[in-house]
Amino acid sequence: MTSYALNDSWTMTRRELAHWARQPAQVLVALVFPVMLLLMFGYLIGGGRGVDGEYLDFLVPGMFALTMVFGLEGTMLAVTQDLDKGVIDRFRSMPMADGAVLVGRSAADMLQSALGLAVLTAVAYVLGWRAHGTFGAFLGALGLLLLLRFAMLWIGILLALVAGKPEMVQAVQILVWPVGFLSNALAAPQSMPDWLGTVVEWNPLSQTATAVRDLFGAPGAETGHVWAAVAWPLALLAVFFPLAVRKFGALDE
Amino acid sequence: MTDAIVVEGVRKRYGDTHALDGLDLRVGRGTVHALLGPNGAGKTTLVRILSTLLRPDGGLVEVAGHDAVTRAREVRRRIGLLGQHAALDEELGGRQNLEMFGRLYHLGARHARVRAGELLERFGLADTGRKAVKRYSGGMRRRLDLAASLLTDPEVLFLDEPTTGLDPRGRAEVWAAVRSLVGGGTTVLLTTQYLEEADQLADRIAVLDRGRLVADGTADELKALAGGDRIDVVLRDGGQLGAAVALLPLAPAEVSVDVDRRLLSAPAAGRMKVLTGVLRALEDAGVEAEDVALRRPTLDEVFLHLTDDPAATPAKETV
Repeated sequence: MTSYALNDSWTMTRRELAHWARQPAQVLVALVFPVMLLLMFGYLIGGGRGVDGEYLDFLVPGMFALTMVFGLEGTMLAVTQDLDKGVIDRFRSMPMADGAVLVGRSAADMLQSALGLAVLTAVAYVLGWRAHGTFGAFLGALGLLLLLRFAMLWIGILLALVAGKPEMVQAVQILVWPVGFLSNALAAPQSMPDWLGTVVEWNPLSQTATAVRDLFGAPGAETGHVWAAVAWPLALLAVFFPLAVRKFGALDE
Repeated sequence: MTDAIVVEGVRKRYGDTHALDGLDLRVGRGTVHALLGPNGAGKTTLVRILSTLLRPDGGLVEVAGHDAVTRAREVRRRIGLLGQHAALDEELGGRQNLEMFGRLYHLGARHARVRAGELLERFGLADTGRKAVKRYSGGMRRRLDLAASLLTDPEVLFLDEPTTGLDPRGRAEVWAAVRSLVGGGTTVLLTTQYLEEADQLADRIAVLDRGRLVADGTADELKALAGGDRIDVVLRDGGQLGAAVALLPLAPAEVSVDVDRRLLSAPAAGRMKVLTGVLRALEDAGVEAEDVALRRPTLDEVFLHLTDDPAATPAKETV
């Protein structure tokens, strides 16, 4: 029956795309929100504490990484909404491939995140931001960002399966924001108290942001973090992917 | 020929609650079997176990010739499920839903499209276009849900309280759809809280109480267990209840009296003979009645009868 795995996963991905077509406004809001954050932090709040050089060179990669982490909320909301509806029962009572529901979810979310990165890149370009590295390094940076998003996706799925109800997403949002901001996305850890700086440097988001700055050739970027930016998301996936798949299979038992 | 559904000694507990406590049930191929019982009797738990959504703690479950635990996928290819809540993608239209489910049943894109068209036509949903299911009426939603359950012409169809929450028109629509399936060879297991629904649709009725089967038989057999038809007499003057019990042609031991409602109720196996006897006796004694009615036993009465002594272990009554 594994021959149906691709077929069923594609059907489930198409389902998510059909949702987009039904509610383009929702997709648009999801794409515009990170742009708003970028504009807000770039101009309104005018941060850049402890940052050497152009703040945009520092901020844009940070915003990219932050957007990937915040994507967790969208995943969680979508999964809890599905669980709350009876439609999951129908999927589970059908002879479809195991995991097709989750694969469809992740394909659609990754697509949305890739689109989000494209929009954010375009806006940053208009604002005057430039990647200074090679094109290969640029693509590598996007790959690292999407890898982080992929890890967040499975954390989101597991949290959704544990929480069960859409109302619980709010509780998680309260947790996601500090994780998002306790990072070097917006400000350099050197500007923070020592203990906080340590927490911030260990944050997987920070590792990805630092590596992406490096790959974009941002002036003054720390080097040597690329492997950490690969290892952290892989480590998270190694823990959360099997947990999420197992939890989904054991729903209701 | 083996039965379509075989349940032997199935147990399922949630914490300290025994949702199913050693349940046995057999459903013959091509028959409609109703599971009747109050909330919490274990009806939905049993349907979820039979439709592979839930794993039993113990016992044997076979559906369409396959073990529902070890060969879940084989079972899934042969069943349709209409759960208590609409199992549909509310954001999408009716056709989109059916085509998606059809592809997931591996009908192939073309066949899925054709089948979706047929079912929309059959359930009067052909003109719904792209309208999202969340804008459907309750009855339309139920019909689409039923259509989705029938995409593969399942051998066994589970209907979990298919009409709960529907208005009378929606209920009639669902009943008509279920009746149209009978004769097509599909085995139907239907749960309900309404005796009338079981009566209308089912060949046999199994009564569930606290996770056990307390009776299993045809509707007539069950009603006979509860004492058959009853007569209700409502008096104008509640003070005359005691006198009326003595003078009516009924066995006083079998008469129940509800003082608040000024009501006498008694078994009336003889129907018309009992009715005329009661009317004559009332008139002769000059006792004024507000209402006199013959009726079938209610689910409450069948149920109270079958679970007479809550302290005792309910014995299985096979009729």
